[in-house]
Amino acid sequence: MGIRTFIEGWPVYRQLTGTDPLGRGAAAQSARSAELTARTETADSMARSVCPYCAVGCGQRVYVKDGQVTQIEGDWDSPISRGRLCPKGAASKSLVNSPLRQTKVRYRRPYATEWEDLDLDVALDMIADRVLAARDETWEDVDAEGRPLNRTLGISSLGGATLDNEENYLIKKLFTAMGALQIENQARI
Amino acid sequence: MAEAHPVGFQWVMEAKLRGTKVFHVDPRFTRTSALADTYLPIRAGTDIALLGGVVRYILENELDFREYVLAYTNAATIVSEEFVDAEDGDGIFSGFDPETGAYDQTSWQYAGQEGHSGSMDTTSERDTAAGLRHESHGAPIPGQVLRDASLQHPRCVYQILKRHYARYTPEMVERVCGIPQEKFLELARAWTENSGRERTGALVYSVGWTQHSVGVQYIRTGAIIQTLLGNMGRPGGGIMALRGHASIQGSTDIPTLFNLLPGYLPMPQHDKHRTFDEWTASIHHPGQKGFWANARAYCASLLKAYWGDAATPENDFCYGYMPRMTGDHGTYQQVLNMIDGKVKGYFLLGQNPAVGSAHGRAQRLGMANLDWLVVRDLFMIESATFWRNGPEVESGEIVPEQCRTEVFFLPAASHVEKEGTFTQTQRLLQWREKALDPPGDARSELWFFYHLGRKLREKLAGSDKPRDRALLDLAWDYPTHGPLAEPSGEAVLREINGFEVATGRPLGGFTEAKDDGSTAMGCWIYSGVYADGVNQANRRKPRHEQNWVAGEWGWAWPANRRTLYNRASADPDGRPWSERKKYIWWDEQKGEWTGYDVPDFEKTKPPSYRPEPGTSGPAGIAGDDPFVMQADGKAWLYAPSGVVDGPLPTHYEPVESPMRNPLYQQQANPARKMYPHPINSVNPSPPEGQWRVFPYVFTVSRLTEHHTAGGMSRMVRPLAELQPEMFVEVSPELAAEVGLTHLGWAHLVSGRAVIEAKVLVTDRLTPLRVEGRIIHQVWLPYHFGFEGMVTGDSANDLFGIVLDPNVLIQESKVGTCDIRPGRRPTGVALREMVEDYRRRAGIGPERHDPVVTPPDSGAPDAS
Ligand code: SF4
Repeated sequence: MGIRTFIEGWPVYRQLTGTDPLGRGAAAQSARSAELTARTETADSMARSVCPYCAVGCGQRVYVKDGQVTQIEGDWDSPISRGRLCPKGAASKSLVNSPLRQTKVRYRRPYATEWEDLDLDVALDMIADRVLAARDETWEDVDAEGRPLNRTLGISSLGGATLDNEENYLIKKLFTAMGALQIENQARI
Repeated sequence: MAEAHPVGFQWVMEAKLRGTKVFHVDPRFTRTSALADTYLPIRAGTDIALLGGVVRYILENELDFREYVLAYTNAATIVSEEFVDAEDGDGIFSGFDPETGAYDQTSWQYAGQEGHSGSMDTTSERDTAAGLRHESHGAPIPGQVLRDASLQHPRCVYQILKRHYARYTPEMVERVCGIPQEKFLELARAWTENSGRERTGALVYSVGWTQHSVGVQYIRTGAIIQTLLGNMGRPGGGIMALRGHASIQGSTDIPTLFNLLPGYLPMPQHDKHRTFDEWTASIHHPGQKGFWANARAYCASLLKAYWGDAATPENDFCYGYMPRMTGDHGTYQQVLNMIDGKVKGYFLLGQNPAVGSAHGRAQRLGMANLDWLVVRDLFMIESATFWRNGPEVESGEIVPEQCRTEVFFLPAASHVEKEGTFTQTQRLLQWREKALDPPGDARSELWFFYHLGRKLREKLAGSDKPRDRALLDLAWDYPTHGPLAEPSGEAVLREINGFEVATGRPLGGFTEAKDDGSTAMGCWIYSGVYADGVNQANRRKPRHEQNWVAGEWGWAWPANRRTLYNRASADPDGRPWSERKKYIWWDEQKGEWTGYDVPDFEKTKPPSYRPEPGTSGPAGIAGDDPFVMQADGKAWLYAPSGVVDGPLPTHYEPVESPMRNPLYQQQANPARKMYPHPINSVNPSPPEGQWRVFPYVFTVSRLTEHHTAGGMSRMVRPLAELQPEMFVEVSPELAAEVGLTHLGWAHLVSGRAVIEAKVLVTDRLTPLRVEGRIIHQVWLPYHFGFEGMVTGDSANDLFGIVLDPNVLIQESKVGTCDIRPGRRPTGVALREMVEDYRRRAGIGPERHDPVVTPPDSGAPDAS
């Protein structure tokens, strides 16, 4: 290491002579940190998204590498959040990557004390059968005076508010066609 | 706001830097209070008394923005002489029926319109939460009204308002709310001084305001103040409702609610909406002014979007397929029906009622009595595991081997694993791009419901049962893509936006909707979000490249307007009220409205436009009537219909309160929605003497680090680490009174449950002096449950079920309890403790919560 390199290695020298008089950026950088690259730079792709927690709607940039979310940052273009995220929004990566995330269908038989596994397609088929059976058992064609009812009160639903508008639209459309009136949402609570 | 909507709060701080005065009203001192100029601690559940005091202050001192009030509100409108105010009825308005606990609104109408009550009977309006429909538009009334522009007529709205609030004096505010008079006056002065031609003031409330038996009337009181002060439709003004969860706004706009269809169209009612014509005619009043008069086109276009080719004008667009309401089918009624064995199956879609809904035990016992339950979530939440890990398993009320509920747990896709729009708190739709596929079996709701619908239709193919036609004729052919066969979110958004049936051309907005079957439109208020075939919700023009209104970021309903009713930002002649508060104005040269935002007015209708008498629809709105979704074009200080528990907000005590109502004989909202059921109960309040069994007030709210029922935060390591434990905040005075020690344990008992929490002794809670007594309030976070990385008892278990009558939202921000040192009992002893309290409080089958407050027994209320 030459004497010149040695001197230039001192943060205080760089602070006094360089472009960073406050010593908060380039002047304070160590050799190691200079070599690091941000996960945002090495990502394979980035999606523009929105925080799933409260209704402020802070913008997020979601970085993906090798099929994994590697970083979620505030979107600095957003006029709502100007790149900021609160503790919840900033924890979004830990939300989607949480070790407690469930990725397999689980099934509990009546009177069982444990869960078992179930194939997704089988589960969907079983649910469809149960919907049709509940509907048949509890169907109401008309009221006491013969006015149409076209409904079942044997099926209920309660949704959360991380559902997208498109999802809510399909849910309401399908339930209405099923005659299943009893559909509710966190918006009621 | 700093706690629960932190990044939104940055704008309050920006405003403060520019000189705005910030007032914070809350039962508990929070991060928001720390940053406000003035903090006002309040007794939970008394906000109408506080705000009513501000209304009185404005009117007594004539501080209203008179030009605005005269031109843009119904202050001058004359009300029927049959109307009797609650001030003259000891807390009850005219038209009340003690048998049904509901009002007949005939006497509340404007003079000369008594026969035109826009209301159905209010019992059925209450059961069907009809108030919710008015989120996009006012209640129907005929267009023509009698007015007295001098505001002197004794029955004009202005004078009625003045009389109604005359007793809400600073002394009364202090007596009811526990807020010292000087502090109240500081607020009232600041609010009025910062409103008017040159200045505007903003009101911000959060979800907690809605969770009261008088929740809608809280917000109405705020609206009265903001309207009197001329703060509506103007920059820096308005009322900001901070919704609690990403797309709560979207979930009411495109509702998954029993009583609504997309765009606030009502779900049909069996007796009043037998035919398509009856249904559409009930939605808008004949002769009604404004855009809501086109409701028939919105209805026809919705049914066309639902049933496609099968829907024709000849068959009333398949209206005959629609299921009909007969009363209350809301979530709390459903849960009671589950307990009674009437419900077979239940879907939970990213929602955790075992923790998040009032009366957790009722929720869990209901779920334990189903044939089947489908839980779709990211995590194993309490609502999926109540049958093995819930508190009722510990108390022996649920025995897994005897619990028949079949449970399907289906993992869900997270927000980055699917594409679609949220509608955020400012009515703003923002599109999320998909970052990656969901893991394993995880799928979006879009996937689940599209494929469930496909399967149901396959299984029913060939059925000749009439009931199956609605499913078989459904327009259900969305394109799918990728290995998971994920339906296209954009295709659904396009249908929501609406299109011309013949050509498929996306519509530019709701004014293009037709009632002849030539247009399909899934949600009329969202029409325009896919205008020109472009996903407008996915616009992300950087904030530095546009003006401060940022109209090119996402898309706001209706028609991308960022501030509703912004015609009111100009004076009746179309000129800005002031240069400082310029927003939308009339450009005489061009002959059109212009400004920083999309004008919320017909673009070329001049301020001087006056309709011929009797003109209905948009043409009936004069050039100086900014409130275009109201049936008379005016902001309503007084609501002749649309609000089922009174045309004016009135202070009632919370349903559970240790205080007698200082203003009226009537103790609690007489029109509240009650659920007499063996599992449900209400703790006694004065004048019943047994209120002393539950002498303390408790309230709940959020922590910055957790989210609602905890399903998205207790399962996430950094958040769980930041707030690892259930706790209760108590004042040093209460700690001394009851013998609680900091960091020790306490348990809280109500007529429903007993829960335990760690004690945090803090002066963030102030004992309040009201009516010469000290009222102690305690505070709890409501995020905890028995699953996840961090666990604790659920605060919502303490609440019973009683609802606001307009929207059927539960009173879960205030209740009464007892608090005792130490841990709670476990097992059978736990229920025994609750039973003991119930016995002492006289709660049981023989006790009925009185609708109309009985005369005081003479027993002193004050201890
Ligand atoms: S980052 Fe925080 S403030 Fe922003 S939307 Fe998410 S939860 Fe709300």
